[in-house]
Amino acid sequence: MSLEVLGIVVLWIFLFGYVIVASIDFGAGFFNAYSLLTGKSHILSNIIQRYLSPVWEVTNVFLVFFFVGIVGFFPKTAFYYGTVLLVPVSIAIILLAVRGSYYAFESYGSRGHKGYAFAYGVSGLLIPSSLSVVLTISEGGFVEIVDGEPILDYWALFTSTLTWSIVLLSIASVLYISSVFLTWYAWKAQDVNASELMRKYALTWAGPLMFMAAAIIIQMHEHNPDRFRNMISVWPLFGNSAILFLMTVWLIWKKRGLGLSVGLLILQFLFAFFAYGISHYPYLLYPYLTIYEGFTNQEMAIALVIAFIAGLCLLIPSLYLLFRLFVFNKDYVTGRQNDFHA
Amino acid sequence: MNESAVFWSRMLTELTLTFHIIYATIGVGVPLMIMIAQWVGMKKNDEHYILLARRITRGFVITVAVGVVTGTAIGLQLSLLWPNFMQLAGQVIALPLFMETFAFFFEAIFLGIYLYTWDRFDNQKKHMLLLVPVAIGASMSAVFITIVNSFMNTPQGFEVVNGQLVNIQPLVAMFNPSMPTKVAHVLASAYMTSAFLLASIAAYRLLKGSNHLYYKKSLFLMMKMGLIFSIATAVIGDFSGKFLAEYQPEKLAAAEWHFETEEAAPLVLMGFIDKDQNIKFAVNIPYLLSILAYGNPVAEVKGLNDFPEDEVPPLYIHYLFNIMVLIGMLMMLVSVLYVAGVWRGWKFIHCTWFRWIAVLGGPLSIIAIEAGWWLAEVGRQPWILRGYMKTAKGATISDHVDIMFLLFCILYLVLGIGSVVVLRRMYRLNPIEREIEDRMAEIGGDGR
Repeated sequence: MSLEVLGIVVLWIFLFGYVIVASIDFGAGFFNAYSLLTGKSHILSNIIQRYLSPVWEVTNVFLVFFFVGIVGFFPKTAFYYGTVLLVPVSIAIILLAVRGSYYAFESYGSRGHKGYAFAYGVSGLLIPSSLSVVLTISEGGFVEIVDGEPILDYWALFTSTLTWSIVLLSIASVLYISSVFLTWYAWKAQDVNASELMRKYALTWAGPLMFMAAAIIIQMHEHNPDRFRNMISVWPLFGNSAILFLMTVWLIWKKRGLGLSVGLLILQFLFAFFAYGISHYPYLLYPYLTIYEGFTNQEMAIALVIAFIAGLCLLIPSLYLLFRLFVFNKDYVTGRQNDFHA
Repeated sequence: MNESAVFWSRMLTELTLTFHIIYATIGVGVPLMIMIAQWVGMKKNDEHYILLARRITRGFVITVAVGVVTGTAIGLQLSLLWPNFMQLAGQVIALPLFMETFAFFFEAIFLGIYLYTWDRFDNQKKHMLLLVPVAIGASMSAVFITIVNSFMNTPQGFEVVNGQLVNIQPLVAMFNPSMPTKVAHVLASAYMTSAFLLASIAAYRLLKGSNHLYYKKSLFLMMKMGLIFSIATAVIGDFSGKFLAEYQPEKLAAAEWHFETEEAAPLVLMGFIDKDQNIKFAVNIPYLLSILAYGNPVAEVKGLNDFPEDEVPPLYIHYLFNIMVLIGMLMMLVSVLYVAGVWRGWKFIHCTWFRWIAVLGGPLSIIAIEAGWWLAEVGRQPWILRGYMKTAKGATISDHVDIMFLLFCILYLVLGIGSVVVLRRMYRLNPIEREIEDRMAEIGGDGR
């Protein structure tokens, strides 16, 4: 494997990590707000708080890791994406800031403020939308090079059905991933009501998710035939993803093996995410920037890979500890161990 | 080039950093203070210090949240507002930027664990051990990000051949000449500021009528820390002056209003300057600038007139220099008096006026931090990468930066007010007297 491919694989894994943990987080915020609206907050709030509190900060780091890493491995992305993304990403930053800080204000400062909960829930759906614009732009057709500087065509972007399909897909995925995870988490906490409610949401969002995914593949045929061909060429990966999806839904439907269903869900998205990424190869920004043109120099690449391996040696045991203490600790999850102090 | 985009990019970066460093400084310094409080509590077997550690941590979470989100903002803004610069810097200096996220990751994990396992272990030592990675992670992320900044001041570790960067050495770029003084000064001043900030909270409670032993212990501990780190900051500050004389003489000369190259140069303290560079109301201290620059009272110090006019930084940085140094000196004096006063039993340190000065110490230290960063950053104008890239060349060409500036103004206003309101309410609703009562009921000890 060349260093370029290694670099993009590493970054893609981290982006995948962010997609999963952030989806759980964004979706949980939304369901929490929604349950306030429908008067079901007594069922959900507790379980959501219990999961989110120790990990909210960690979630954010996955994102930072990705964007720092991509500028490190592919410095030209700073030039292309940095120039065109000023507005959409600034909006995403503002939403992330409101969300992250108000989560802390809410849970550590003053509990039970409804305004915070709604801001938190709504921003959770707007962030994936504003970030998914980056994926749309990477497909090509929205950026023009004028005098050597990239310019984003906002009108084309906002009137494209592809843009809105990707936005809808990101929202559906967020809600689906989150509800499947919380179904399992609540079940583990022996909170039957919460688990039952989340199961309903999971089954509700399964349909729209598949529909949007299919719709996007079809639209790619119109938008960018090259990319469409590439996507078809990796059909076994998408096929696997679809099978895993059906298995997850079946398990949730039958209320069996909920832990397994979370595992299958992660695998399903892993396949789809990598199938999408591989079909994008070798472009970072179609058709201007490939991973080979944009790659950093050899010395920096080697230094980054070494730093990366050293960092992982530090992170993996720490993350393992975090998960053992909270997510996989039965006493903590069920609330029997009452060390919820902060 | 898009002139308005350049201007607004500078404004937006300054705005974000100015807001971020308040929370970032707290984020770097406070974990060390928490760790020290926990350690003292463990050693002395004194519940008050353990509670101090926990109470600080609770407030710290709020500041961390704002620090994290504004840090994410500046991290992305670097690429959004300075795409040309980041493309260049990404090739040379991505390593410390990348390592910073690891340090931050490490800190985030252990802070989460510490917060949610407060009473899970009986042994205080385990809680103490969880705080070590938090403090290390916090300080290391400051180290790495300051390395990035010091590279911008003294770039090295690459060569430019026909406009292309070649022969890049990431480690040489990291260990550049300004790195040691910058990193040390940032760390020491962050510890100092955090100590004085925590001291000012204790002093404020004592002023407002609480006479609890907890606040007295807290004030004394933080004043001791503040004393140690303000001395360290001043000593390293002196090294920084010597560094500037050698590597960035134009920054030193502009900060000191030193125009003519001369031997036995005097230091200009305070004063005002008009458009024709006439200095009024200034105090001239003979030989001091030569001492500050070279440790030799008759050494020759290069003056501003010897630099090309378009490479001279704005002269107003002199005021920033004064603010930073005067506050640093004042706080060193205050903490010396307090610590010596406790040992010697001086009465005046318990007077209202002295406590008010201690209360002001926290905010003043933050002002000094801001002034210091503005001095360092404006002092390298017009360069974004000194000697290689002018600021205007690094900026984005996109429109709408002005609107983004406005949006971020609103955001920071909301976050600033929100964090203060939440912090005040948090401590108001749970004063120490009540917390100690609850705690004693819980573990069944005496209230002392």
